[in-house]
Amino acid sequence: MSSALRRTPLHALHLELGARMVPFAGYEMPVQYAEGLRAEHLWTRASAGLFDVSHMGQLRVRGPGLFAALERALPVDFDGWPAGMQKYSLLLNERGGIDDDLMVTRLENEVAIVVNAACKDTDIVRLCALCPELEFSTLDDALIALQGPRAEEVLAEGSGLKFMHAESMKIGGAECFVSRSGYTGEDGFEISVPASQADTLARMLLALPAVKPVGLGARDTLRLEAALPLYGQEMDSDTTPREAGLAWAIARSRRAGGSKAGGFPGAAFVDRARSRLVGLIGSEPVPVRIGAPLCNASGTVVGKVTSGTVSPSLGKPVMLAKVDAGVADTSQLNALVRNQPRPVTIVPLPFVPKRYKR
Amino acid sequence: MDIPEKLKYTASHEWIADHGDGTVSVGITAVAADQLGELVYVELPKSGTQYEQGDACAVVESTKAASDVYSPLSGEVIAANGALADAPGQVNVSPYAEGWLFKLKLSNPGELAALLDAAAYRASAGTH
Repeated sequence: MSSALRRTPLHALHLELGARMVPFAGYEMPVQYAEGLRAEHLWTRASAGLFDVSHMGQLRVRGPGLFAALERALPVDFDGWPAGMQKYSLLLNERGGIDDDLMVTRLENEVAIVVNAACKDTDIVRLCALCPELEFSTLDDALIALQGPRAEEVLAEGSGLKFMHAESMKIGGAECFVSRSGYTGEDGFEISVPASQADTLARMLLALPAVKPVGLGARDTLRLEAALPLYGQEMDSDTTPREAGLAWAIARSRRAGGSKAGGFPGAAFVDRARSRLVGLIGSEPVPVRIGAPLCNASGTVVGKVTSGTVSPSLGKPVMLAKVDAGVADTSQLNALVRNQPRPVTIVPLPFVPKRYKR
Repeated sequence: MDIPEKLKYTASHEWIADHGDGTVSVGITAVAADQLGELVYVELPKSGTQYEQGDACAVVESTKAASDVYSPLSGEVIAANGALADAPGQVNVSPYAEGWLFKLKLSNPGELAALLDAAAYRASAGTH
């Protein structure tokens, strides 16, 4: 089995750092290092964590009529979108369901897109079909995320970048493409670096006292505290943007009544709202995990947990959940854990405030 | 990894301390605690409950995952470690002492003989 798994350019470094490696989206990835998930999570909130996210797909798009063509595939509007600005977007299917979520950066004559590891092959097939005149290429570069309040101090080269902007820059001799964004709710960067220079760059950053390696386990708890949705859990091919709490990810002009309304897959269905995404906090210490049914006061199932953990920052069970559209914010709900009802309360999101440098 | 010689073990990572009077204490090994990571919640069996050997009877949970604990022997629960409710991390800090989970009064003491000794458990868990 494990021989079929792909390795990132940082594989040897992970082993050296005592990582526990697990299969993830076809890759062998570090779920945690020697210090453990909780310590890694809290370090990222307090200082700077280094994450290997090289399994993500990094695409470059070029070709005639680039921007107009991509607007047929994605609910974006390139008018007034300056080169170097990054936006969050969605690849939708014809039913308005979400086939993937993406980070899109407009460059001068091309567009950079970062997609989920598990979706990258199907995304490319889909995008090629929607935009046959465009050329989609996949980069083999490593992707290193540096996240936390001290990320800016650690990566002085990137301190001039604004949140959700990206540009090419040299870091320690390597030609990198750096965005100021991430998946933790903290300020930070994602650094695309040639595979051959990734190990050197990661070691250079890890040599700084402010930086420690952080695994995918803490990446998940960090994003959950920040209420950042995860593809396959909060959203999937049967969930519309509105149902996933992501209606904002459709460019205003592409929504119903906008100046460039529609014209992308599933446009007629993006506002369908059979369910909605809510945040929950458990009143009891028992962790409530993905798949746990949610019941109302009369015992009727009205939803299910899409992500759940015990928040390392808050010390309480936190959950994202999909509930029926009619469930009110004031509803008293119970999560069923091993068939026992456990009270949970709907709370405003995120659980931990985002600390982006805008 | 610490695997005390004086205890008995199961392949599913429970340890058993035989008190010699028809009762045993049960916990999870350092190997299991390390694999799970820092525990955030422990669900223990209630005193008086009867279990057959191999029944799921407790749950240990880290931030990342929940894992069942199996009754290594048949018997009745006569005590559970209530101190873990406020300090589940004791299972990681002290898996063989303060981190004990429950005590059983055995209904079939003959089952004891088939448990693993430390060497056999070490081999089974792939640790050295």
